[in-house]
Amino acid sequence: MKRHELIVIGAGPAGLSATIEAKKNGMDVVVFDENAKPGGQLFKQIHKFFGSKEHHAKVRGFRIGQELLKEAEDLGVRVELDSTVMGIYENKEVTVKQNGEVHHYKGDYIIIATGAAENMISFKGWNIPGVIGAGAAQTMMNIQGVQPGSKILMVGSGNVGLVVSFQLMQAGCEVVAIIDAAPRVGGYGVHAAKVARTGVPFYLSHTVVEAKGTDHVTGAVIAEVDNHFQPIPGTEKELDVDTICIAVGLSPMSQLASNATCDMALIPQKGGNVALLSEYGETSVSGIYCAGDVAGIEEASSAMIQGRSVASHVCMKGGYLTDEAFAEKYQGFQDALGQLRQGMFAPQNKGRNDFTETDEGYPISKTLLAKGYMTEEELRDFPAASYKKDGVHPVLECTQNIPCNPCQDACNFGCIKVGENITRLPAVDEEKKCTGCGMCVASCSGQAIFLVDETYEDGFAVVTFPYEFLPMPSIGEKGTALDRQGKAVCEAEIIAVKKAPVMDKTAVVTMKVPLEYVNAARFYKPLV
Amino acid sequence: MRIQEHPIIESYDKGKLVTFSLDGKELTGYEGESIAAALKAAGVMVHRYTAKQHKPRGIFCAIGRCTDCVMIVNGVPNVRTCITPLKEGMKIQTQYGVEPKKED
Repeated sequence: MKRHELIVIGAGPAGLSATIEAKKNGMDVVVFDENAKPGGQLFKQIHKFFGSKEHHAKVRGFRIGQELLKEAEDLGVRVELDSTVMGIYENKEVTVKQNGEVHHYKGDYIIIATGAAENMISFKGWNIPGVIGAGAAQTMMNIQGVQPGSKILMVGSGNVGLVVSFQLMQAGCEVVAIIDAAPRVGGYGVHAAKVARTGVPFYLSHTVVEAKGTDHVTGAVIAEVDNHFQPIPGTEKELDVDTICIAVGLSPMSQLASNATCDMALIPQKGGNVALLSEYGETSVSGIYCAGDVAGIEEASSAMIQGRSVASHVCMKGGYLTDEAFAEKYQGFQDALGQLRQGMFAPQNKGRNDFTETDEGYPISKTLLAKGYMTEEELRDFPAASYKKDGVHPVLECTQNIPCNPCQDACNFGCIKVGENITRLPAVDEEKKCTGCGMCVASCSGQAIFLVDETYEDGFAVVTFPYEFLPMPSIGEKGTALDRQGKAVCEAEIIAVKKAPVMDKTAVVTMKVPLEYVNAARFYKPLV
Repeated sequence: MRIQEHPIIESYDKGKLVTFSLDGKELTGYEGESIAAALKAAGVMVHRYTAKQHKPRGIFCAIGRCTDCVMIVNGVPNVRTCITPLKEGMKIQTQYGVEPKKED
């Protein structure tokens, strides 16, 4: 039996962060992961993350993963791959399957960071090939480089469903529809809006009742549901799809905590069965901790902070941090977590659907919740989204209190302000000049910032928008301007395409449209 | 279908082109990618048939959790193809229950 001061289980964002923190403080730590590569699900996340600078905001998930791995390598962290932890026994003995053999380890402390598993729903034909998890779609397209299908139905409008839908389109697949049994879009409005403006229809209060096909999916039948989430007969609609992607939430993979005899509880806000934890992340079994999604479903940014926070407590108990040093670190982590855990999508607000206005008192868009996009009329309630001035200026279609502020740092001229509280809506400082550089457009993880110039030419305006698809439009090219629901509004001519390393693959594209369509045109489709 | 060009991802971490077989038929894929990815790229949807009701199963979770995608690899049944890297000359067989198809 090998002894280590700290055993971390799972080398995803939480586990790797915990391992790095412990190693930095001088602790003898090993991390086990059942996969062939470390990083957990981070490397599948090709979108820009939310938060503020300290949370790696506007950095794509896989790049955060690369940074974490490099930090771990530089520190000489021991990551044991292809190592499945099978059980945790008395006195923190751990059995690990490696190379087909069972090895015994003992930890003075254990941090369980096993993450989460996808939830599933069952319906007729739900288990035939072609019905897959949204995570499976991400693995296939973003890691393996293989399209999971060509015509996809996305079931679930939470952030996973929305983000994966966008990524499916980036991989060249067609998203035929996004459906959700709930009457409201579950994820961030900005994620929904960037999918809706490409023309993907949203069917809220709909569920999938059947996957057609014998050997593989050849179609999907969806139906409207009543208030009890039961399909309403006669409302069935058949969609021509070859893949049904399920994104109906995640559950903590807390079996090891349960196996270690930690006190458990079913807590819906945390996504399922979790170990009861102290404020420092310690379970009822002294010396065993949980961090990341296994402690309650959140997202990778908070998992990384939790991992570091929990590990610093272990270091304090193990004598590698003084009480004062720990207290200072802990406060820093709590502050960083606190920033992410605010706003209407905060973990404590999970399941709430009674928000009618933003913190600023603006009415929340009902169309956004029902169809995934906002009407021009609704946007007029938001000063930053309906901001007008001669010459080029930003239009910020960010209308929900989500924890994010890279736009504020993106503008060198201080044109955009979010303020201390990062869930506040961004505001435009009318005194400051916009140079039209497009940095704010590229920095917005929600792709909700546009530059508009109504005075571009007599009778014509220009609209600048973020673009992350192929083929990349070229200057002089003519195509169709689309509105927020992806409907064609007018002809558009591409007059500028900006790309820069700092924009990290988000191109900032400018199109010229007739002035009368300046408030409608928000996306572009090349002529086929 | 394999993604030829992607707006965000510059390249996928893959080895050299190798040949392998599925039920005796020769296919190609990239060394180190998952067996499931190579099969998917070749258009294969069905990995196995269930023992009792003979229902087709394929990729479902793609992270080694659900075991829907298991196949017979080099004679060993129940291999999770979504997390098993492809190697040159691998002999893959569709799994019927826990066995290869019986010869008629």
